Amino acid sequence: MIPMQPGQVASMVRMVTGTRPDEIGCDECFEQLDRFADLHLAGKSAAEALPLVQDHLDRCGDCREEFELLLASLRFETGDQL
Amino acid sequence: MTERTNQEWIAALQGAQADAAIADLRMVLLRGLRYGMTSYRVTEADLEDFVQEALVKVLDNLPSFRGEARFTTWAQKVAARVALSELRRRRWRDVSLQDLMAEYEDSGFTPAVLTDQGPDPAQIAQRTLMMEKIQRMIAEELTDKQRQAMMAVMQGGMPLQEAAQRMGTNRNALYKLLHDARQRLQKRMLREGLTPDEVLAMFADN
Repeated sequence: MIPMQPGQVASMVRMVTGTRPDEIGCDECFEQLDRFADLHLAGKSAAEALPLVQDHLDRCGDCREEFELLLASLRFETGDQL
Repeated sequence: MTERTNQEWIAALQGAQADAAIADLRMVLLRGLRYGMTSYRVTEADLEDFVQEALVKVLDNLPSFRGEARFTTWAQKVAARVALSELRRRRWRDVSLQDLMAEYEDSGFTPAVLTDQGPDPAQIAQRTLMMEKIQRMIAEELTDKQRQAMMAVMQGGMPLQEAAQRMGTNRNALYKLLHDARQRLQKRMLREGLTPDEVLAMFADN
């Protein structure tokens, strides 16, 4: 048995019901992450251009953390506020 | 520092004067990481180590750069992954999957489910039944590996990278394994006519 707290059951159910068949993995996300970040910083809709990357970032904590650090690092060049 | 187009970066890094280009790239990555990691607990020596490792990876993988983004963005994403991989390794260094499991077992899931938010006996009974149903679905639909991964990542909050390393696999493969697990549970919920709203009404925090 997997021990679970009530809030964990709820988050598991949300994760399960939102599952889609065409999800990409971390490798594919990483491959496209630079393009995704450039689109985002250019003010274009990265999520519309690369919806599966956005979907993966919404689900995967490791990749989302890397994307956020990438954006923060790139903002040095553009001089944007964090 | 010289401003370069993508083609100029590639040519410079592979040319006779590569040292100057490498020094420039090192500066770009270091400035970026230093700026991006202000809220992380890292030292300047850490940042330099991350950048050094990232540079090696970037140079090794130059042929795989497809030019779909700026070269510096491509290189910076490598640095971001290197840095966070190392920080995750450090943070989770002393935690085994067994430790995580024991922690949850010690916290005792049953009392929480029964008492946290359900003082009403009818509600307690409903919750217990639903919990048994969910546990049965997990037991019947998932492999041991999938259950272990789910416990570590979804319940224990362990990064995929760290869980993967402990399970003798890699992050991408573990994501796919968990995706398959979610799909199996999704189908089973459909077959059992279990709607998310029904479950969430019982277990949501608010």
